[in-house]
Amino acid sequence: MSADFGIISIGAYIPRRRLQRAAIHAANGWFAPNLRGLARGEKAIVNWDEDAVTMAVDAARDCLAGQSKEDVIALSLASTTLPFVDRLNSGIVKEALNLSENMQAFDLTGSQRAGTSALMQALGSNATQLCLAADNRKARAGSEGEMLQGDAAAAVLVGEGEPIATLRGSHSMTIDFVDHFRSTGEDYDYAWEKRWVRDEGFQNVLGGAVAQAIEKIGVKAADIDHVLIALPGKSLPPKFVKSLGFNPESVADTLFSNLGYSGTAHPFVMLAAALERAKPNETILLASFGQGADVMVFETTKAVTQKRDTGGFEKGLANKSADENYLRYLFHRGQLDLEKGMRAEYDEKQPGTALSRDRKTVLGLIGGKCRETGVVQFPKTDISVAQNHRATRTQDDYPLSDKLAKITTFTADRLTYSPDPPTYYGMIDFEGGGRMISEFSDVTEEDVSVGRDMRMVFRIKARDDMRKFTKYFWKATPVREATKSEAK
Amino acid sequence: MARGIKDKVAILGMGCARFGERWDKDAASLMVEAFEEALEDAQIDVSELDAAWLGVGFDGQNIGPSGIPASIALRLPNIGVTKVENYCASGTESFRGAVYAVASGAADIALAMGVEKLKDTGYGGLPVRTRGTQWDMIGTNGSAPGNFAQLASAYRAKHGVSPDDLKRAMAHVSVKSHANGAKNPKAHLRKLIDIETAMKAPMIAEPLGLFDCCGVSDGAACAIVTTPEIAKALGKIDLVLVKALQLATSNGWEMQGAGWDGSYMHTTRMAAKRAYAEAGITDPENEISLTEVHDCFSITELVTMEDLFISKDGQAWKDVLDGKFDADGKIPCQIDGGLKCFGHPIGASGLRMIYENYLQLLGRAGDRQRKDPPNLCLSHNLGGMPFQNVSSVAIVGLEK
Repeated sequence: MSADFGIISIGAYIPRRRLQRAAIHAANGWFAPNLRGLARGEKAIVNWDEDAVTMAVDAARDCLAGQSKEDVIALSLASTTLPFVDRLNSGIVKEALNLSENMQAFDLTGSQRAGTSALMQALGSNATQLCLAADNRKARAGSEGEMLQGDAAAAVLVGEGEPIATLRGSHSMTIDFVDHFRSTGEDYDYAWEKRWVRDEGFQNVLGGAVAQAIEKIGVKAADIDHVLIALPGKSLPPKFVKSLGFNPESVADTLFSNLGYSGTAHPFVMLAAALERAKPNETILLASFGQGADVMVFETTKAVTQKRDTGGFEKGLANKSADENYLRYLFHRGQLDLEKGMRAEYDEKQPGTALSRDRKTVLGLIGGKCRETGVVQFPKTDISVAQNHRATRTQDDYPLSDKLAKITTFTADRLTYSPDPPTYYGMIDFEGGGRMISEFSDVTEEDVSVGRDMRMVFRIKARDDMRKFTKYFWKATPVREATKSEAK
Repeated sequence: MARGIKDKVAILGMGCARFGERWDKDAASLMVEAFEEALEDAQIDVSELDAAWLGVGFDGQNIGPSGIPASIALRLPNIGVTKVENYCASGTESFRGAVYAVASGAADIALAMGVEKLKDTGYGGLPVRTRGTQWDMIGTNGSAPGNFAQLASAYRAKHGVSPDDLKRAMAHVSVKSHANGAKNPKAHLRKLIDIETAMKAPMIAEPLGLFDCCGVSDGAACAIVTTPEIAKALGKIDLVLVKALQLATSNGWEMQGAGWDGSYMHTTRMAAKRAYAEAGITDPENEISLTEVHDCFSITELVTMEDLFISKDGQAWKDVLDGKFDADGKIPCQIDGGLKCFGHPIGASGLRMIYENYLQLLGRAGDRQRKDPPNLCLSHNLGGMPFQNVSSVAIVGLEK
């Protein structure tokens, strides 16, 4: 493997809402008093219009900022919460990112280490691959999982060029160790006794794989600058750290207090966090667990500090809104059956023909730019919208997803059905031309005013509950200080 | 400009059902109620009708997509009945069909019927329905109040009006219409309200509260039209003539182009200009006696005063507060109570407005009759959303 092949860029996405664990315990403490010890800090949760696909798109956009999309010839999406079992989820992501049609794309699932397995495979190839991982797992109300788990996504771009980190070595172990499982079609995990999982799973299986990797790769545990062990919980078991000989100060935070354990995304999220603060020539060990373990050891390059312009992890952590509405959280995850009213009965049936025909418009937010007048419009049409120049079939594809926009009109609608009322929407005008009527996501009353800067995000538009189909489109969200560099 | 419709068609008779939550009546019975009054007014036999148009806003909502239900309900003599729909302008669209048929000479006497049985849908407001396959993928999941509420945000920003000032002017619009509707036996909502009630009502779509929204009702209204010559031959003395009938339809510029600021209706301005030209009106503020405009929401009525050029840009909110459009003001607006008090059975509304203008011109409006005799009366519909719509303007007046 050449020295200029490795991790070119990394990105992360953390949903804005942070559910306060105290609010969970306030609701469920009467039933599950044993979880009081976990009722601290907050966890990131998706809004009703987000899922693994939309989060993956957000993370990928963070990762690809400033990178050449044309070079990406493979795309992988790892998750145990993919919205579709048989429709290529990474194919939806590809459309949203406006990547080339002539590429490979694949979904990986089945374990919490699906993401690292894909990354390992990518690092072993010579292709430019965008490795994505995203999870928004469902946990029963009153369960430990509900306290531990958070939602997030991260993206790692692997390829040739000027890597921020290169792979020094890797090791995998596969054992059908069933600490928890979730069968096809089921919403919830079933977990075995915690003490057994800790001793046999974390210590022996994962710890054993890490020990083998260290030996195989030829690094000293004490010399590793960033030890990233992706496990749920407030911290790693002390015995685990001690027995492997890591410097306790090098062991990375498990992100329990501010994010929660984000499943397949977690190893990538931890890697993003580490790479955002790592110095050149440092050693990073990344390990994930799930019916065995994946272990990788990286070495950072001098580019790791030079290319730190996106910083999706830190910015994502900072872009937050504390949420104490536990019932809304349950409702958004389909765990509370609220009376939605007649307006929610609207048939969201999606003609497959129309989606296929308009996929660039709908999934890619591609408008048209007239090559005679330069007029930009959305959607693209045969005859230009320009009032004083009737140009016909002169429009070239014009992607709008990375353009900033300003609010021209708005309202907060309490009549129309929304899982998160009121529904904010209005007309927005893009910088450089083009306008659309757009729904606004992740906003409050204070966020909307005429002239407000907005940026576009890929979100769920609606769900067809009858046929179980998820419809995606783009929405506008306020440009906040922490995210200003994301849209260019 | 085309030769236009001015003075070519006379209204022979009109009818209007009582609007409201007509739990006991279906669309057929509502049409019969309006039709009986119109036939009586026109003093003709049903066999004298040559053609008919039926305006219904919601395709297949309750009577299906054809003219057959009107033909059956009214037992028409197997004449051509054309169903038309053009969102909230469907009633005026139906009138346009009948008027054009008479003007062309293809029909001597034609019927324009509009009906909507909204209260069979189960919704408090208008039912949720598709606006087309592509809109369902890229449009907003918004309601009618939400779409019109945006006018207020843009109007405030453009003219520097404070939210409280605009809300108070909007409240005045509704209070005025309720005062008018209370006097009208055919109106749905006949209760007086005050400014504070309107301003403090529950929010529907910011900044529109409950009393900024029109009612939701069942209703039907119709017109029988003919040529002025035939009307006179049939014994009519005071003739109400069609002076102008214009429709303007968005071509996408507002929503996709550049330049529209969201604070007014582009199409209404186009339709108004054409209608004034057609009717020979050069000074609408001083020539129009009264208006029945599309007050689906208070803010719609307010900006429409500017779109019809009877208020200056940015001044309508002040004119409203000054009482210019009150029943005793310079140019009364919704002297019958408007959509606000009649509710808005889509297909019927345009004809209900013309019905009031017809009564006012003939001095038959009872308690709410304008004392200063009206000369030219304007009605206006706005179908769709401010950013993409069809707007109609109809002007009727007495034969000179």
